[in-house]
Amino acid sequence: MKISFPHMGYSHLAFKWMVEHMGHECIAPPEPSKRTLDLGVRYSPEFACIPFKYLMGTYLEVAEQGAELIISSGGMGPCRAGYYWVLHKYILEELGKDVELMAFELPMCNLKDFWQKLHRLRKTGGLSVKEFIEVLKLSWEKVKVIDDMEILSHEIRPLENKRGETTRRIGKALDMIDQAETLADIRDARQEGLKMINGVDIDPTHHPLKVGIVGEIYVVLEPAANHYLQIMLGEMGVQTDRSIYLTSYTRKNTIVNLEGDIFKMAQPYLNEAPIGGHGVNSIGETVLYAKHGFDGVVQLAPFTCIPEIVAKSIMPTVSREMEIPVMTLFIDEQTGKAGVQTRLEAFVDLLEQRRETRNISKDERLVI
Amino acid sequence: MSKIGIPRTLAYFLYYPFWKIFFDELGHETVLSSSTCKTILDKGVREAVNDACIPIKIYHGHVADLVGKVDYIFTPRLVSLRKYGDFGTETFCPKFLGLPDMVRWGLDNLPPLIDVRIDLKKGKHEIDFVCQEVGTMLGNSVPDIRKAQKKATTVQKKFEQLLERRVFPEDAMDLVLGNEPQKQRDFPEADLNIAMVGYPYTIYDPYLNVGLLKILREQGVQVWTQDMLSNKVMNKCGKTLPKQTFWYFSNRAINGALYYMKKPMIDGIIHVTAFACGPDSVVDRLIEIETHRRSSLPFLSVTVDEHTAETGVRTRIEAFLDMLRYRREAQ
Repeated sequence: MKISFPHMGYSHLAFKWMVEHMGHECIAPPEPSKRTLDLGVRYSPEFACIPFKYLMGTYLEVAEQGAELIISSGGMGPCRAGYYWVLHKYILEELGKDVELMAFELPMCNLKDFWQKLHRLRKTGGLSVKEFIEVLKLSWEKVKVIDDMEILSHEIRPLENKRGETTRRIGKALDMIDQAETLADIRDARQEGLKMINGVDIDPTHHPLKVGIVGEIYVVLEPAANHYLQIMLGEMGVQTDRSIYLTSYTRKNTIVNLEGDIFKMAQPYLNEAPIGGHGVNSIGETVLYAKHGFDGVVQLAPFTCIPEIVAKSIMPTVSREMEIPVMTLFIDEQTGKAGVQTRLEAFVDLLEQRRETRNISKDERLVI
Repeated sequence: MSKIGIPRTLAYFLYYPFWKIFFDELGHETVLSSSTCKTILDKGVREAVNDACIPIKIYHGHVADLVGKVDYIFTPRLVSLRKYGDFGTETFCPKFLGLPDMVRWGLDNLPPLIDVRIDLKKGKHEIDFVCQEVGTMLGNSVPDIRKAQKKATTVQKKFEQLLERRVFPEDAMDLVLGNEPQKQRDFPEADLNIAMVGYPYTIYDPYLNVGLLKILREQGVQVWTQDMLSNKVMNKCGKTLPKQTFWYFSNRAINGALYYMKKPMIDGIIHVTAFACGPDSVVDRLIEIETHRRSSLPFLSVTVDEHTAETGVRTRIEAFLDMLRYRREAQ
């Protein structure tokens, strides 16, 4: 079977490997481009959020390339992302596309359905249960390694002497991970990749600003949707920490890892959880970043995203009380790269000035 | 005895009688904000976050209208009213979930908010706890609260029966609360039946939808809404979808539309939606596709926002009605 899936950051490398090793043919989703978005906007409802439109465009593109089955995710609400697949399916049918959509609902909601779908993927691919589990495990390993590379790259990039060096090297490292076939290969690729990125010529005297990135999962994870915001900030010499990685839940070393804590952090401001998507997380994570001494926070969200609108309306209070500047960026199909860059530059200037004045007043206090 | 302000929007249209009687019985005075008007809209637009949809902005305006006039403002956090949906997780739009917090941090000089959490999916006694919490907050005794709740439930039931008998909410409220009924205007005899679905706060607020109901009735249309159906009838229709949506009002609108599109007497379907409404981006397309899959009925989607003018809506409605009448003659 020719199988495809949504594009989200660099994770497609791991999913491609997974589909191929399940015994299917993989139609790898292309990186979202202007054409993807144009297609998506043309056939999506006007007020659907940008992730819906990107996915719509991606599905139409992979359908052109002959995909027979698209794997996607469901959800239990109240974010509309959980209902995407129904609407995508309807729209694809209306357009006469011969492609099936398989959506995995949360296993805790409907375990039987979840197993049936996994079973179907395994049977049609002709794998034994043991082999199938092995493939799943290795793919997860790949996702983790890919995230490791990305986290490191965002630490190193602001310090690089030659602009673009880190981006080039992480590209090579990702290629190596793509080539890896066994667990040992993946571990080697990880070592090799980390070494390569660490080997970037850096300026150790540079003292970068630290900015946290919070918001809705798709626009945070997909660089094509947020105009490569993290790379942009990195090249301005700003270190970024992203609140969401696909593997966040398994990590101990990131600042944001446990959901329970996040809800507790957000409680003084938003006394209800969950409100869908990453609305509460955005509030809680901003509090966390403030406590960890970050210089600022960028909140990313798609236009009309309901949970993030709630978060945005509470954000000024959080920002004031926790003394952390927050910039909210709502992204839609009209958002241009230059616009994002200008706003980010202004924000970074502000943060730099703020840091300087704060340092001065601290010194003065010491003198007194 | 305190004065309790209730914003005249959102859940007001379906649940006001319950809380009005409840507070009255406890010896408090309820104060409604004025009907939606330009001042309220402007206040709301100024105070609310700019990306919010128009009903949420109007809600902010209504709360702002009550500031200074009352001792408490009743802004409950509506989480769920029933156990429903594929996973039993039906809830309200996330903006409803965060509404008390949005209001609290968005507006200045607020009196204390009664932001009780209404989450009834866990069982039928949840409402008792909600009432006790509200009553205790206002300093009433437990037996009094229980008595008030009982009375309020009876009135609310009567109100819902009237709705099912095709009385519009504002008129039904006048009837059950014993107010002077508003003078009924004479509308021409109806020759068209149109199912108008949407959220109560968009279809029944004459300012927000620039008098859509009145325009339709003046043109000789009998209007049917989802609130004229019982939940039982609607839920049956909902089962025919691949998956239910997650939002209470949306499920009602969709299921209502699914019910009406099967009825031979209905001539057309209108979906009223607010600009930038999140759930409606799903609901609108879903009803549109289902309408032409399941029936041959014409479908019109009316989007309202703060700039909607009466003339624009009237022109579109007239064109739609003309089309329906030509269509009937041709058949």
